[in-house]
Amino acid sequence: MKSSDQKPNQGDSRRDFLKKSSVITAIALTPSVAVKAAESNADERFAQLFEKIPLELTVNNKVYQTTVEPRVTLLDYLREELHLTGTKKGCDHGQCGACTVHVDGQRVNSCLSLAVMNEGKKITTIEGLANGETLHPMQAAFIKHDGFQCGYCTPGQIMSAVACVREGHTGSRAEISEYMSGNICRCGAYPNIVDAIIEVKEGGEKV
Amino acid sequence: MINFQYLRTTTAKSAIALLVKDKNAKFLAGGTNLIDLMKRGVTAPEKLIDINHVPLKQIEQIGNKIHIGALASNSAVADSALIKEKLPLLSWALQAGASAQLRNVATVGGNMMQRTRCSYFYDTEMPCNKRQPGTGCGAMEGFNRMHAIFGASEKCIAVHPSDMCVALTALDAEVVVANAKGERKIPFKDFHRLAGDTPQLDNNLKADEMIIRLEIPMNNLAKNYHYLKVRDRASYAFALVSVAAAFELSNNKITDIRLAMGGVAHKPWRLTASENFLKGKEATLSNFEEAAQLAMKDAKGFGGNDFKLKLAPNTIIEGLNLAKSKV
Repeated sequence: MKSSDQKPNQGDSRRDFLKKSSVITAIALTPSVAVKAAESNADERFAQLFEKIPLELTVNNKVYQTTVEPRVTLLDYLREELHLTGTKKGCDHGQCGACTVHVDGQRVNSCLSLAVMNEGKKITTIEGLANGETLHPMQAAFIKHDGFQCGYCTPGQIMSAVACVREGHTGSRAEISEYMSGNICRCGAYPNIVDAIIEVKEGGEKV
Repeated sequence: MINFQYLRTTTAKSAIALLVKDKNAKFLAGGTNLIDLMKRGVTAPEKLIDINHVPLKQIEQIGNKIHIGALASNSAVADSALIKEKLPLLSWALQAGASAQLRNVATVGGNMMQRTRCSYFYDTEMPCNKRQPGTGCGAMEGFNRMHAIFGASEKCIAVHPSDMCVALTALDAEVVVANAKGERKIPFKDFHRLAGDTPQLDNNLKADEMIIRLEIPMNNLAKNYHYLKVRDRASYAFALVSVAAAFELSNNKITDIRLAMGGVAHKPWRLTASENFLKGKEATLSNFEEAAQLAMKDAKGFGGNDFKLKLAPNTIIEGLNLAKSKV
């Protein structure tokens, strides 16, 4: 998918005309233009233009160019626009960790990040972890240690677990529990999740 | 979430220029609190100014002060070798807050600007003088086990939720803020405010100002320190009561001491009377107990949070004990 503008039967509303016009490219959020827009009191006219914002980001090594409303979260963008539904919506308020993805290598809650804040960034979701048919060591370890029951929190747990190992917060079971506390598992698979993380850490494979 | 206009800028100067242009504009940094509040309809800015590209992420020593940029992430500060060595209390307090994911995104300035987690503030069906002045306080006679025991007003008994800010109050940090005309410094203990008659105001930052950086003076408090956070679960929960304790010992006498509490007031609560009492005294349990009693002098419970009247002094004593046994 190159752009959400390519949906069929969208019709030619005034909004679409504005979107397609070259104006939108010109105001592609170069700061000086944005400043000028605000300073010349052109706010109302620009509100129309700003309704959808050009966005380019890389997800699982694939570049996507599109336009999004500013209020769309990274989570909704991944799920609804890119149909990468591995990343789960749990609480949608940063309390459960089911939506954890990596942004430029760091774990974040995608539900509390606007898609437009991630312009130019590299996103990795659970879909981008395996190497073809070969599971990522953390995925394999979760299966081996039964690190889940219902599985809903699992993509977030695994993304967080990979980051936890990379960050080096795996010195003890207690340290792992502390640094995994942003991922809630209502089935209570916590001890097995810690087992999986310890195995990956001790296996020494690059994660 | 109600839609809004999104602007992005790369300099503090243009960020401030955009802010003063519109009464309903807000800065967007990490967004971990603001986006949540917007989803819940607690706040609905018409314009968000994304300041994440403004170069304010420095963590450095300049002269005898540590400078921390307003946009340094909580995890960058907590994991910084410089902060761990010179200001370990701050590193500990940051690690006690939120989760690893949130700390990667949440910024120093955003942490200071975060709103209370009072459930009446969050629930738009409930009265709340902070969210909507004049509607009353649901917590006063409601579910108030998380609420203030110090400095509460008749209009609001919410607490400031930050751990980082408790350590910064204890460490005598200064906040450098800027408007279009220039910069000014606010002592950290005066940055946040008590609710008084205007609970809608969390702090003394003016509408045309932006937080630029923190400046924290060097100290000799890196040996005996502790941040003790008591909460409903072992990790990833807001404080019922927290204590930042740090002191310097010379011949077993306390020569410098800092004590501050979180989860007990509308602002990080510095325990000046207790500090003054302990200065020059020996670090003994009986002195710690007396200091804790002094700290509780003006405490007042509201029913659900009466347990804090006992929990708070016990946490002070335990925090001081743990700081003492650190070495």
